[in-house]
Amino acid sequence: MNTIEVNKISKTYKTDKDAVKALDNISLSVNEKEIFGLIGPDGAGKTTLFRILTTLLLADEGDASVDGADVKKDYKKIRESVGYMPGKFSLYQDLTVEENLHFFATIFKTTVQENYDLIKDIYTQIEPFKTRRAGKLSGGMKQKLALCCALIHKPTVLFLDEPTTGVDPVSRKEFWEMLKSLQKQGITIMVSTPYMDEANLCDRIAFIQTGKILSVDTPQNIIQNFSKKLFAVKGKDMYKILLKLRDFPDVQTSYAFGDYHHVTLKNDDEKESEIKKYLTTELPDEDITVKTIQPGIEDSFMEYLNKS
Amino acid sequence: MAKSYQLKMKQFKEFVRKEFYHILRDRRSLLLLLAMPIVLMIIFGFAISNEIKNNSLAVYDMAKDQASQKIIEAFKASKYFNISYNIYSEDEIEKMFRQNKAALVIVIPSQFNSNLIATNKAAIQIIADASDPNTATSLINYATSIITEYQSSLNQQANIPYQIQTETRMLYNPELKSAYTFVPGVMGLILMLISAMMTSVAIVREKELGTMEVLLVSPLNPVLIVIAKAIPYFLIGVINVLTIIALSVFAMGLPVEGNFFLLLAESMLFIISCLSLGLLISTMAQSQQVALLISLLVLMLPTMLLSGFIFPVENMPKVLQWISNIVPATWYILMIKAIMLKGLGFASVWKENLVLIGMTIFFLAVSIKRFNIRLD
Repeated sequence: MNTIEVNKISKTYKTDKDAVKALDNISLSVNEKEIFGLIGPDGAGKTTLFRILTTLLLADEGDASVDGADVKKDYKKIRESVGYMPGKFSLYQDLTVEENLHFFATIFKTTVQENYDLIKDIYTQIEPFKTRRAGKLSGGMKQKLALCCALIHKPTVLFLDEPTTGVDPVSRKEFWEMLKSLQKQGITIMVSTPYMDEANLCDRIAFIQTGKILSVDTPQNIIQNFSKKLFAVKGKDMYKILLKLRDFPDVQTSYAFGDYHHVTLKNDDEKESEIKKYLTTELPDEDITVKTIQPGIEDSFMEYLNKS
Repeated sequence: MAKSYQLKMKQFKEFVRKEFYHILRDRRSLLLLLAMPIVLMIIFGFAISNEIKNNSLAVYDMAKDQASQKIIEAFKASKYFNISYNIYSEDEIEKMFRQNKAALVIVIPSQFNSNLIATNKAAIQIIADASDPNTATSLINYATSIITEYQSSLNQQANIPYQIQTETRMLYNPELKSAYTFVPGVMGLILMLISAMMTSVAIVREKELGTMEVLLVSPLNPVLIVIAKAIPYFLIGVINVLTIIALSVFAMGLPVEGNFFLLLAESMLFIISCLSLGLLISTMAQSQQVALLISLLVLMLPTMLLSGFIFPVENMPKVLQWISNIVPATWYILMIKAIMLKGLGFASVWKENLVLIGMTIFFLAVSIKRFNIRLD
C-alpha cells in the first residue's frame, strides 16, 4: 500500500455568490520514503490538498488515506502520526525557540530528548538563539524552527506546505538538504512549492493547476517527455521580439524566460536558422541570437498547461 | 490506561503553562486586566454618585418670622443644601434657574408663623428645575423631609391628641449609599468582560495566527485546548473578585454581610458561565475584531443596561425584561446583592444558582457541539 493515496478527490469552496472548484477529481499516490513535490502556482489548490490530507478539511467527493488511515474516519490516527507545517508561520511568536519546541514535543506526547537525533542537525543551527522569541527570528530561522516542531514527534509522513516561500536562496538550499537527510531516516515527505527549480530535487512531482493534476512523474521523465525542440532567443528589445515571434505563423509557443525567450515551432524539422532569418528581416537592428537548448521543468509545465 | 491519562495531564499542563506565558508576556494587557476593576470601582464610587450633595438653594422669605427662620436654619444644617442666595422678588426666581445659580428655590409666604398658629395650616412653595427630572425629584424629596421634620418638632410641643408618625427605615442600606448598588454591578460587568471577552479573543487569536491549524493536526483533544485557555482567565477573574471585595470593604465601608465563601463560590460559578459564553463566541468569530465586537454588543451592553445594574429591571418594558432574564449577569447581581448586602444564605439564592448553572451547561453544550475539529 502506498503511503499517501488520493482517489478522485474534489473540493469546492462556496461563497454567497459563486463556488470555486479548488480541487477537481484529483488522484495520486505517494510511495514510502519518497519526496513528493506538488508544483503549481498560487491558487492551484496545493494548500487545499494538504489540508484534506492532514484531516483539516473534508473533501466533497472521493477518498484519501495517509499511512493506511482514512482521512475522514481515522482522522485521530493520522493526527497522531503525521507532521504538518502550514504555509503561514504557525508557531507562537511570544514564546522562545526552546519553549515552542518543548510545547510541541509535549502536545505530541513525547519529549525533546526522546527524538533529539532527528532534529539535531537542524536544531544545532538555531540553538544559539534558543532563548530568543520566535517572532524575532529571521525568515529562514523561523522555517527551521517550524520544521523542528513538525518533526519532534518523529512523524511517518511530513507535510510541508510551501516551506521555502519567502526564504533566501541559501536557506532554501539548506532546507532541501535537510529534507534529503530526513528522507534517509525513513520519512515520507510531501512538499509543495511554487518554485520550479525545487522540482528537480523531488523524487516525483505532480503539476497542479486550477485544481487539476496535469502530470505525475519523476522530474527526469517529465523533462524527457518534452516533445518539441526548444529554442532560446535573445536580442535588444525583448518585448518587441516576443510580439514578432507570436506573429510568426510557424511558431507554436513563445514565452519570456529570464534573459531568453523560449520558443517551440509547429514543425520540429525546422531549424534555429529559420527563426533567426525571420526575425532579422523583420527587426534588422535587434542583434538576434538563437540557439537550441535542453528543456527544463518549467518548459514542461508550460507544455502541459497548453495541452490541458 | 494510566499512562495515557498521565500523558493527557502532561499535555494539559504544558498547554496551561503556554497560556500563562502569553498572558504574562503581554504586560500591558495584563495590567489592564488587573487594574480595570480598580478603575471602575473608583469611577463608580467617587465620580458617579446617585447622591446629590451641596446643592445651591435660593430662599425667598416673605415672612421673616420665627417659623421661617427655623426652617431656613434646618435647610442650612442639611448636607444636601447650601443657601446661596436670598431673593426678594418673584422675578428673581426664574432668574435663579436661568443663570443656573440655584437648583432649588423655596418660597415662604408672608404671615407664615401667624397662619400656622391661627389656622394650623401654612404653605411653603418648593420650586425645582425639572429639566433634569431625576435630580429635581431627589431635591424635592430632601426638601420635603426637612420641612416634615420641622413640622413634627412643632407637633411634639403642641399637644395634639391624635397623630400618626411615619418612621422610615432603609433596610440593608441605611445610609442610602450608592456603593450598595454599583459594587455587585461592577463585579458582574468586570467578570463578564474579562472572562468572556478575553477567552473568546484568546481562542480566535489561535485561528488568526494559524496555530490552530497545527494544534488540530496533533493528538491534542480539542476540549483540552479550550479548558486550558480558560484556566488563566478564571484565575484572573477570581483575583478581580477579591480586589473588588477588598476595595468595597476597606475603601468604601461596605461590609460583606453574608458568607464570604458563598460569595466567592457564586462568583466562581458566574466566571465559569462567562467563560463558556466566551467559548461560544469564539466558535462563531473568525477574527479577533469580530470576537471583540460580538463581546461588546452581546455581552457588555446588556450587562450594563439590562442587568439591573444601572436601571431597575422592574421599570423596563416587558420585552426588555425578557431579555434581561437571559443576561447571566442579572442573576449573578441578584445573588451578590442577597449575599453581600442582605446577608442571606444559600437557601435564598438556589433559584438564581440553578438558572446560572443551566445557562452554563447550555453554553458549553452548544459550543462543544459547534467547536470544529476541522477548519471549515
